[in-house]
Amino acid sequence: MALPETSLAAPSEDGREPRYTSSEMMTVAAARALPNGTVCFVGIGIPSLAANLARHLAAPDLVLVYESGTIGARPSRPPLSIGDGELADTASSVVSVPEIFNYWLQPGRIEVGFLAAAQLDRFGNINTTVVGDYASPRVRLPGAGGASEIACCCKQVIIVMPHSRRGLVERLDFVTSVGYGSGPGDRERLGFPGGGPSMVITDLGVLRPDPGTWEMTLTEVHPGVEAAEAVAATGWELKVDPRLARTAPPTERELSTLRALDSLGW
Amino acid sequence: MAELLPLEEAVRELVRDGDSVAMEGFSHLIPFAAAHELIRQGCRHLTLIRLTPDLIYDQMIGMGCADRLVFSWAGNPGVGSLHRLRDAVEHGWPHPLELEEHTHAGLANRYVAGASGLPFAIVRDYLGTDLERRTANVASIACPFTGERLAAVAALRPDVAVVHAQQADREGNVLLWGIQGVQKEAVLAARRSLVTVEEVVDELGPGGPGGTVLPHWVVTAVSASPGGAHPSYAAGYSSRDNHFYQAWDAISRDRDRFLAWMREHVLEGGAGKPQASPEEAHLGPA
Repeated sequence: MALPETSLAAPSEDGREPRYTSSEMMTVAAARALPNGTVCFVGIGIPSLAANLARHLAAPDLVLVYESGTIGARPSRPPLSIGDGELADTASSVVSVPEIFNYWLQPGRIEVGFLAAAQLDRFGNINTTVVGDYASPRVRLPGAGGASEIACCCKQVIIVMPHSRRGLVERLDFVTSVGYGSGPGDRERLGFPGGGPSMVITDLGVLRPDPGTWEMTLTEVHPGVEAAEAVAATGWELKVDPRLARTAPPTERELSTLRALDSLGW
Repeated sequence: MAELLPLEEAVRELVRDGDSVAMEGFSHLIPFAAAHELIRQGCRHLTLIRLTPDLIYDQMIGMGCADRLVFSWAGNPGVGSLHRLRDAVEHGWPHPLELEEHTHAGLANRYVAGASGLPFAIVRDYLGTDLERRTANVASIACPFTGERLAAVAALRPDVAVVHAQQADREGNVLLWGIQGVQKEAVLAARRSLVTVEEVVDELGPGGPGGTVLPHWVVTAVSASPGGAHPSYAAGYSSRDNHFYQAWDAISRDRDRFLAWMREHVLEGGAGKPQASPEEAHLGPA
């Protein structure tokens, strides 16, 4: 089976063929972040892939909620969109869009919200709206969708994105979804029920908020990655946790399950 | 009572140039056949409203139907960009497009307020984002009971709502099921509504999960349009044509290729998927 091409791949212990790609490491790390039984709001792409990987590994009772109003979906084949029939057919409940936001997301019933980001800043704020000026953008991105409500209301938010200076920026071109705003106290001031971003999982490592400043800090690097690489690939002066940990490499079972899902087109 | 009309006639009666038009359906039940009819009739200066513009509005924007777009997430789900929409926003082709963008929760609740006959709805998001200051029809308010700050979104009352459903009976009662999106809210919020259906039946079936009936007296017109959601789908009748969604990326990337595709498949009779002939569509009251 062909592996997706990525810029960085971890060598195997004997230094020959890469055993897995950095993108696979990112997806596996995201799957591990979901304890069994968690109620999880997922979008299409890596969040959906990681959540379904978790469901096939240590978290068979994960409750997947998609913004199309499908609650408790257990897809056996990969949805291309959040509205694929497979999600409704396997769901424990199917509700309207106003209901999924008003009754399920807004009151804080969802434990983990999974988000992707085009741009992220040091306080975990997200831009998915425009690159460049709003009125005449260089790139017009899709916009908010459900992300700003997820960022506001889920008990915690996990962000999955590739690590680059273009993505992890000093200043967002547009604030679409709020993480910790401009620092401590902002979420409380805004009256947000959710706790904010707990992890940013990239293909180089994991960032977590510093408990004093809420600034996203490098707490973990993936196998074969040095902290300096992650710092160099970040657009702000990324702080490194002195107790920096190293992610355990993907196990054979994690990899074979992920690749089996991938081969189905996940 | 809803009138049963051929699609061509229903669109001509319900949609006028300059109208605000909400063609809803959240990934599921997207009224593509109706959109193609609006394109064929050369509708202009529309304000198009939809949570997810999807391919349906990419086509209408590229064909010059819209002056304004009210939306909350504009992409080709799981595939990438909407190239015609981006071309309009980034390069003004075929003409500039004014945007009013919301969050899903905000836009869904604008429909809820419209359907409820209330002037606005309240949500928790927008605050602290750039949408709060960029987007018309959003304001910050204080809760009169607790003083808590919240976002208010203005009610939405489209001139016309267009949705697709699985079945209608001969009185025009409509049954839809599966992923429901905001179709019910859009129909109830709008001044006029058109529902295209997979089939007109003597008696509505049991439906499936999420089943909803729109009584005939809240629907203006019903048109039979089997396969009318393609490349979206109608649960119980068809599956989402994911291959087409992927193929659209290349078709829509280039202006000439897009125009050629629209000419062949929409302007000259709609070849892509079988659509009802006027004879089949004109079922009329039994």
